[in-house]
Amino acid sequence: MSDIIKKPEPGRVARALDSDIAYSFRKSPLAIVAASVSLLIILAAVFAPWIAPHDPFNPATLNLMDGFTPPMEPNQFTGNTYWLGTDNQGRDVFSTILYGARISLFVGFMAVAFAMVLGITLGLIAGYRGGWIDSLLMRVADVQLTFPSILLALLIFGVARGFIPPAYREAMAIWVLIVAIGLSEWVQYARVVRGATMVEKSKEYVQAARVIGAHPAKILIRHILPNVMGPVLVIATIGLALAIIAEATLSFLGVGVPSTQPSLGTLIRIGQGFLFSGDWWILLFPSLTLLALALSVNLLGDWLRDALNPRLR
Amino acid sequence: MATPLLSVRDLIVEFPTRRGTLRALDRVSFDIAEGEVLGMVGESGAGKSLTGAAIIGLLEPPGRIASGEIWLRGERIDNLPREKMRRIRGRRIGMVFQDPLTSLNPLYTVAEQLIETIRTHMDVSEKEARKRAVALLDRVGIPAAARRIDDYPHHFSGGMRQRVVIALALAAEPELVIADEPTTALDVSVQAQIIDVLKEICAERGASVLLITHDMGVIAETADRVAVLYAGRLAEIGPVRDVIQNAEHPYTAGLMGSIPTLTQTAERLTQIPGAMPRLNAIPQGCAFNPRCPKVFDRCYRDQPNLIARADGRQVSCWLYDAQVKEVSHG
Amino acid sequence: MTAFILRRLAQSVIVMLTVALVAFALFRFVGDPIASMVGQETTLAERAEIRAALGLDDPFLVQFWNFIARAVTGDFGISYRLQQPVMELILSRLPATLELALVSGILAFVFGVGFGVYTALRRGGWASSTIMTVSLIGVSLPTFLIGVLLIWVFAVELQWLPSFGRGETVYVGDWWRTGLLTESGRASLILPAITLGLYQMTLIMRLVRAEMLEVLRTDYIKFARARGLSNRAVNFGHALKNTLVPVITITGLQMGSIIAFSIITETVFQWPGVGALFINSVRFVDVPVMAAYLMLIALVFVVINLIVDLLYYAVDPRLRVDRANARH
Repeated sequence: MSDIIKKPEPGRVARALDSDIAYSFRKSPLAIVAASVSLLIILAAVFAPWIAPHDPFNPATLNLMDGFTPPMEPNQFTGNTYWLGTDNQGRDVFSTILYGARISLFVGFMAVAFAMVLGITLGLIAGYRGGWIDSLLMRVADVQLTFPSILLALLIFGVARGFIPPAYREAMAIWVLIVAIGLSEWVQYARVVRGATMVEKSKEYVQAARVIGAHPAKILIRHILPNVMGPVLVIATIGLALAIIAEATLSFLGVGVPSTQPSLGTLIRIGQGFLFSGDWWILLFPSLTLLALALSVNLLGDWLRDALNPRLR
Repeated sequence: MATPLLSVRDLIVEFPTRRGTLRALDRVSFDIAEGEVLGMVGESGAGKSLTGAAIIGLLEPPGRIASGEIWLRGERIDNLPREKMRRIRGRRIGMVFQDPLTSLNPLYTVAEQLIETIRTHMDVSEKEARKRAVALLDRVGIPAAARRIDDYPHHFSGGMRQRVVIALALAAEPELVIADEPTTALDVSVQAQIIDVLKEICAERGASVLLITHDMGVIAETADRVAVLYAGRLAEIGPVRDVIQNAEHPYTAGLMGSIPTLTQTAERLTQIPGAMPRLNAIPQGCAFNPRCPKVFDRCYRDQPNLIARADGRQVSCWLYDAQVKEVSHG
Repeated sequence: MTAFILRRLAQSVIVMLTVALVAFALFRFVGDPIASMVGQETTLAERAEIRAALGLDDPFLVQFWNFIARAVTGDFGISYRLQQPVMELILSRLPATLELALVSGILAFVFGVGFGVYTALRRGGWASSTIMTVSLIGVSLPTFLIGVLLIWVFAVELQWLPSFGRGETVYVGDWWRTGLLTESGRASLILPAITLGLYQMTLIMRLVRAEMLEVLRTDYIKFARARGLSNRAVNFGHALKNTLVPVITITGLQMGSIIAFSIITETVFQWPGVGALFINSVRFVDVPVMAAYLMLIALVFVVINLIVDLLYYAVDPRLRVDRANARH
């Protein structure tokens, strides 16, 4: 029965894609640097509990006397030395950055995953069903695209926060944040998938599937997903950078993650308060980390787009 | 013989690319006399449009004139400073492009574009320029020109727009008009009208025309002489009637075989086997050698030069070498 | 033309109604409106009475209608946190936001178009390459980080410019307080305006550059050159004007983004505008302020979109006719 349905050779597309990308990657020093920096920060964040010299969230290990230690200098009271210094509460800045990046990346990846699942599902539905569902979804997408995604995330976050009973607000903040950022970024996935679905829908193998009684939607998904993998990967990479920036922005504004779980944005907000007293390191190192992360993921996405050259616009 | 209006000598146009330099025009030489219509034919990619662009000084970078000379009424124009060349464009050499739908700026009225062009080259008042513009439009056959002049390009049909383009090209009364496929983008029904308008006005004003086209029918009806380009090289030049009825170059002969006539419709046309080589794959010797039915060993070895024949004809083919002396280059 | 505008208007109304629904839902379902108005000792009967008096027992649609009717007159109730009418709060802070947004928008547009045209005409020059590289970093930098870094360099280290607030302000008319007329007001505006405008500038610049390069390749530009028009006439009279058609749309829409992003900039620089007010309302779940801001920002976007559509018409004669023809 499967002989009737003409399928592309499995894995062939993927293999060709792979080798092209690998070649383009080796040829681009910028991509190599960007990938290395991203990977380094991601690994450091994942393994933060093992790498971090201190546990910044364990009050038992903190010593207020250690506060405001400049980087690479022994503390005047305790004699302890910290690579990147300490903050006002004596927390090791290097450790807080590792744990902060962990939160930032967690929110970023989860938001991207949420946006991707939502966007792909809605895109498939819109493309396959057409009709009023399609027009409705695309109108919503159009309207949503006129708003900047950070603003949208902020508005959704604010509204959602309002609906959550005060007792749960802190505990659910991270998840609300993830949903808010995800909701602000689903449109592009939906557009790409919808376009691909509409092209595939009219092809013969789908008609053939209909004839032999298989559910065409099932087959569509199997064929469309490999086709849109490239563009979706590009959108997801750039989306990750956007999500990280959105999370940092919201947390910087004091409305994102709770202060008990500081992300890079929270750390920058805290650090800004110590600028005028000359304790620059509390601000600088989290800022540099965020900058390196956002820039390298962004560059990686740009490179990926050029390498795959999908028609994203 | 009097000085020709335009004289192109050994023109070489090259495109430097990463994989070496491509020679898009190779030692192209021809003259256009006062008031003459020279047709230029060839397949797409043969270098027809490039010849036009090189003459008017608008080769797109990285394309450049590598060597050769272009003379306009005894004045060398291929090495003029930019500003001087700009004053020649429009004023002494006009140009008509292929697609009237895209040749006009959609955001300006026809009047604005005409008046701008006239006043760039002539010291006349706005009012005088407008008067001339209306007269021009009227002359190229736009009905109710005085009223329609204030319309935007999209108000006009394709044929009407090409008339506007011709009016614009002729606005400053140039001595030479380069018409680059002026009818290709138009409906068959209006092609003849446009060619007639172009030919009449140029004849009226004594302007010479370089008519670039791949349509031998247009050439046969319009041109005095015809130049045949193949892979950036001139294959043959001669009076239209002679070349059509008695082509000397095997490529021209093949080309003539593929023109539908009234009696013999488009069903079975002789075709030249194969395709024109790409610029990076031009064979050694004669560029036509892989497709030539009369090819012999010398064609694979040496590149032929233009050879003068009787009645002002020239052909670059080794078949005619032994019979007459070679036209010197330089 | 009229049909087109009517369709856009209808669309705008739908968007506004949707936002109003969200705002209303916030009002109606977040917390207990009665609890926030009365003391502990109020009896259940009294509460029910207030409920009825406030119309909280009316059918949903009636309540929604009343909400919209009040919103149209600018009545969004009283801020939970500041105990002041919301509209008064917003109006008193609107001038600060609008001045900041306007100056940033002008900065972004002027420099964006300027750099865009320059880099398109001088492709490959070292200045163009530098501008392009810097702009790439500009796009990746989060707005708040730009603000923080600017404060560090120009306010803390160099001490050239103030780091927060609006400086000295004076009244123009009854309620408009402006910082543009005092020296400290203008100095205070510089860093926030750069922070807010930088990202938009990069966007406009990249867009202008791409469009300009595209237009320079078109036949009508070649034809303009072939007619011997001067470089200036070709580049600015013909190419730039055609480039501006799409640029105006995007720039117009950017104005909306600028007002939106002012939330971030205002927080960084403690700029007393509407954005900072909104952030605080989110932090403290000050529903009336949140609802009013939602409606306000939606209105701004809808109005800007409408204006951009109309501008499009004014610049591009093709649209005027195409629409007119479409009706026949």
